[in-house]
Amino acid sequence: MKNKIKRSGPVLFSGYNRGEAIRKVITMSREDILFNIKESRLKGRGGAGFPTSTKWMLVAAASSEEKYVICNADEGEPGTFKDRVLLVEYPEMVLDGMVVGGYTMGAKKGIIYLRGEYEYILKSLQDYIVQMRKDNLLGKNILGNEGFDFDIEIFLGSGAYVCGEETALIESLEGNRGEARNRPPFPVSTGYLGNPTSVNNVETFAAVSHIVIKGGEWYRKMGTDKSSGSKLFSISGDCERPGVYELPWGITINDVLIMVGAKNTKAVQVGGASGVCLSKDHFNRSLAYEDVSTGGSIIIFNESRNMLSVLKNFMEFFVEESCGQCTPCRIGNVKLLEGVEMLEKGEFTFSYINRLKDLGRTMQLASKCGLGQSSPNSFISILDNFKGEILNRTGGKNGN
Amino acid sequence: MLLMEKNNLTEEIEALVKFYGSNRSALLTILHEVQKKYRYVPDFAQQEIARLLDIHPVEVYSVISFYAFLNSTPKGKNIVRLCQTITCEMHGKKEIATAVERELGIKIGETTKDNKFTVEYANCLGMCDEGPAMAINDRVFTHLTPEKAINILNEIR
Repeated sequence: MKNKIKRSGPVLFSGYNRGEAIRKVITMSREDILFNIKESRLKGRGGAGFPTSTKWMLVAAASSEEKYVICNADEGEPGTFKDRVLLVEYPEMVLDGMVVGGYTMGAKKGIIYLRGEYEYILKSLQDYIVQMRKDNLLGKNILGNEGFDFDIEIFLGSGAYVCGEETALIESLEGNRGEARNRPPFPVSTGYLGNPTSVNNVETFAAVSHIVIKGGEWYRKMGTDKSSGSKLFSISGDCERPGVYELPWGITINDVLIMVGAKNTKAVQVGGASGVCLSKDHFNRSLAYEDVSTGGSIIIFNESRNMLSVLKNFMEFFVEESCGQCTPCRIGNVKLLEGVEMLEKGEFTFSYINRLKDLGRTMQLASKCGLGQSSPNSFISILDNFKGEILNRTGGKNGN
Repeated sequence: MLLMEKNNLTEEIEALVKFYGSNRSALLTILHEVQKKYRYVPDFAQQEIARLLDIHPVEVYSVISFYAFLNSTPKGKNIVRLCQTITCEMHGKKEIATAVERELGIKIGETTKDNKFTVEYANCLGMCDEGPAMAINDRVFTHLTPEKAINILNEIR
């Protein structure tokens, strides 16, 4: 098994000396660090895109004795594997980023929530943490700084996609079923064991390590106005060179397709199963928070693919992974899957399919967490963008 | 379960609780440890964990039933998980599943009579650039063909 880093960029896959970010931040004030992160306009790299500086400021401002920094390595979105590559190839960037978080927010404890599927990375990460403790990059009085204590432990998940949602992740850490909480209160005030908690994506921490060294302004110069910096994209499907690519925000889908050697492309799924499926007339759009937003998953389908069976695969995924807590998600996903099966058999009415799309929009509004709010995205976008193939049978293979 | 086995299990769980603490937040880690040894979490272990963490046994069962990787029924020595999600499906998941089913003489979701293999589908293993993929216990195999998958199973058998 080799990790295919197909394109290195200026940030995440670039030179970095371990401990560098920690050495830098101990010379800085908390305000300075937060200012730099704010300058950088870094947004959460898991996909939701919440400004990292806002989250960190809220936790830093909380007056609690106990605070937590959690690294969300529950990378379960279909088509995403960048966090695995980061944790295997560049654990130093991620873990240093967590230590920076601990220093900035005044937290003494960090937890990596590693998905059960990545258990084989556990050993190397644990060894790396032991090494960091030896080098005094973790532990008490880090690098001789009186009162700067921070340690990291790893918590292994058990195969639940929904635990990637931050409140479900916290429930899981607390020994409960991974069911999302009502928000507010948000984890920044009432998180792990009721304490202020910052949950950030693996890639966000890696980006922070670079930002504190090179400054927020340097980072902001890359990408677009609203989407600063670079992003790791996990690219898979029908192309010659699948793998992880570091690219600046704002790149168009067409440019990506050329870069990865995709031919006869019919559709591109951006953002994984919970993202949207785009047809050719959208390929000139750009990947950015303000246009097509994504946590980095790009799945490419060529002309030979049957979009209805793609949709079926996604809906089966959501039916299995819905935690069952709230009705829109638990029942809604089953209904959407039944709709796909009706389409497959050719036994459908247009008005019922339109009602299912309405149901999807209701789920987007009424579901408790991101899972049910985003699971109808594929259903709606595939039926809208591939109408001809699916509803009107004007070509494409839809199994009939 | 024999009385002696029960006593052993109790001692093991007491040691785990001592090590990881008797807080609820230690529950999943303790369940992992028990499962690592027994390949599932027996009813008696669930009761003992509940007693020592001072929660209702149903709470323990409820957690086990929630997570795909925790089992309350016995499993084979090797748990084979075939990735069923989109890119692995596009690249030949079905053919591999069929080959595995035929070779082991069981259906997906079942355990072989000799208790050596349990085969399951798993959702996205995060190997989309190298699919089709499967995991056997904590090892991952990628770029599978039906033949390669069977060879791997035979080596482990």
